[in-house]
Amino acid sequence: MASTLWIGTRKGLFSLRPDARRRSWRLSGPQMLGHIIHHVVQDPREPRRLALAAKTGHLGPTVYISIDRGRHWQEAKSPPAFRKAEEGEKPRAVERVFWLTPGNPSEPGAWYAGSSPAGLFRSEDHGLHWLPVAGFNDHPMNPKWAAGLRTPDGELLHSVRVDPRNARHLYLAISIGGVFESTDAGADWAPLNEGVAADFLPDPKAAYGHDPHCVILHPQQPDRLYQQNHCGSYRLDRPAKRWVRIGERMPKNIGDIGFPIVAHPRDPDTVWVFPMDGSTVWPRTSIDGKPAVYRSRNAGRSWQRLAGGLPRAQAWFTVLRQAMCADEAPQLGLYFGTTQGEVWASIDEGKSWRCVARHLPEIYSLTYAS
Amino acid sequence: MITVRVPSPLRSYTAGAAQVSASGRTVAELLGDLERNHPGMRFRMIDEQERIRPHIRIFINQREVLALNEDLRASDEVHLICALSGG
Repeated sequence: MASTLWIGTRKGLFSLRPDARRRSWRLSGPQMLGHIIHHVVQDPREPRRLALAAKTGHLGPTVYISIDRGRHWQEAKSPPAFRKAEEGEKPRAVERVFWLTPGNPSEPGAWYAGSSPAGLFRSEDHGLHWLPVAGFNDHPMNPKWAAGLRTPDGELLHSVRVDPRNARHLYLAISIGGVFESTDAGADWAPLNEGVAADFLPDPKAAYGHDPHCVILHPQQPDRLYQQNHCGSYRLDRPAKRWVRIGERMPKNIGDIGFPIVAHPRDPDTVWVFPMDGSTVWPRTSIDGKPAVYRSRNAGRSWQRLAGGLPRAQAWFTVLRQAMCADEAPQLGLYFGTTQGEVWASIDEGKSWRCVARHLPEIYSLTYAS
Repeated sequence: MITVRVPSPLRSYTAGAAQVSASGRTVAELLGDLERNHPGMRFRMIDEQERIRPHIRIFINQREVLALNEDLRASDEVHLICALSGG
C-alpha cells in the first residue's frame, strides 16, 4: 500500500494518501505555498525523515528536512553552496537545488544533492549542513563536463545514485554533460556515456556532453542501470561500459524520447517510460495528444503500450524526470504527475489509470514514501 | 541600531516582523548581524560568492547598494527589496 505520495510543485508541496485499497486518495496541502519544490525524498534508512529541495522566485536555494514524516520542516543550517571562487576563477553559485539522494545504508545521515548549475554536495547530518564534493566540482575536467550547456531550466545535476553494496560507488548525471561514475566515494570521476547518442553534438562519439534526462539503478540488481536520455532510452549491465539503446524496440511512431524512467522495485527486467514528442521543435508533450505509458517486461527487448483510462485525444501531458514513481505494494502501484497539475495512479502496474488529483500547480516531483 | 525593512518573502526569518533592528558599520556587517539574529536569512539574499542575488535589491535610504562594503550610519534605514520575479 502506498502510504504517501509527495508532490513537489512550482508553487508548493502537496501530498496524497490513499485508503487501504488505493481506491480513494486524500489530498493535503499546500505546505510552503509559493515555494518552488524540485524534489521531495524519503530516507529509506530512517523513514520518518524527509528532505526537500526548495527556493522561491526571489530568494536563494535551500533544503528543508523533516523528522516527523513531513508534518514539520526545518531549513538546513548551511544549504548546498559552491566554495568561494579564487581570484581569476569563474565564480559559481547554486541557483537551485534540483536533486536529493539518501546515502548508502552504511552511512546513516549521509545525503547527496545536485544543483543547477551542475554541482554535487554532501551532507553527513541528515541534510542540516552541506559541503561541496570537491572531487567532482573541482575535478580538472569539470569545466568541460559541466560546460554550462543549459536545458530550458538551466544546467542540472541529477540522478545521483549510490550503489547499495558499496558506499564508495556513485553515479550522477548532468543535463547537459552526461553520466559519470566514481568508485572512490566521489574523489575521482569518469564519463560513462559510450553507446549513448548525442545528435546535437558535432562528434557523435563524444565521451561526454550527452543529455541524460533520468538514470536509475535497480536496488536489487545494482549492476543494472537504465537511462532515459534526450536521445533515446538505454540499459547498461555492469561491468559493461557500453549502453544498449533499448528504445529502438519502441514503435517508430512513438520513439524513445522522454523524461522519466521507472523500474519495478522487485523485477530488474520490468521498466516503464512515458514517451514524449521529441520531433521537429521538441514540443515535449504526449505524442499526438494521446498520453500513454510504455512498459517492458524483458529489460527493453519489447514494449507494450499502457493507456487504459488515460485520455484518448487532446491531452498534451508532459511528465518531468522526477514526476513518475512506483510504490512497494505486492500489486505494484505506479504514479505520474503532469506539468498541468494532475496526478494519475495505476494499481495494476500501468494497465489502467485513474486521475487522483487535478488542478494542482505544475508538478516537478512525485515521490513515494512508505 | 539601524532600521531594516524586511519584505514578506523574508519574514519567515524575522518571526513575521516587517521591520527589525541591526547593527553594522558596513552593509556586510549589517548582514552578518542579521544572520546572527535571524539564522538562514543572509544566504537567501547573498550567494556564496558574496553577490547580491538576482532578484534581491538592497537600498540605504533612497540609494541602491552596489557593493557590500558600503558604509552605513546609525541614522540610515536599510530596505531589503524583492525585485520582480516570474509568474
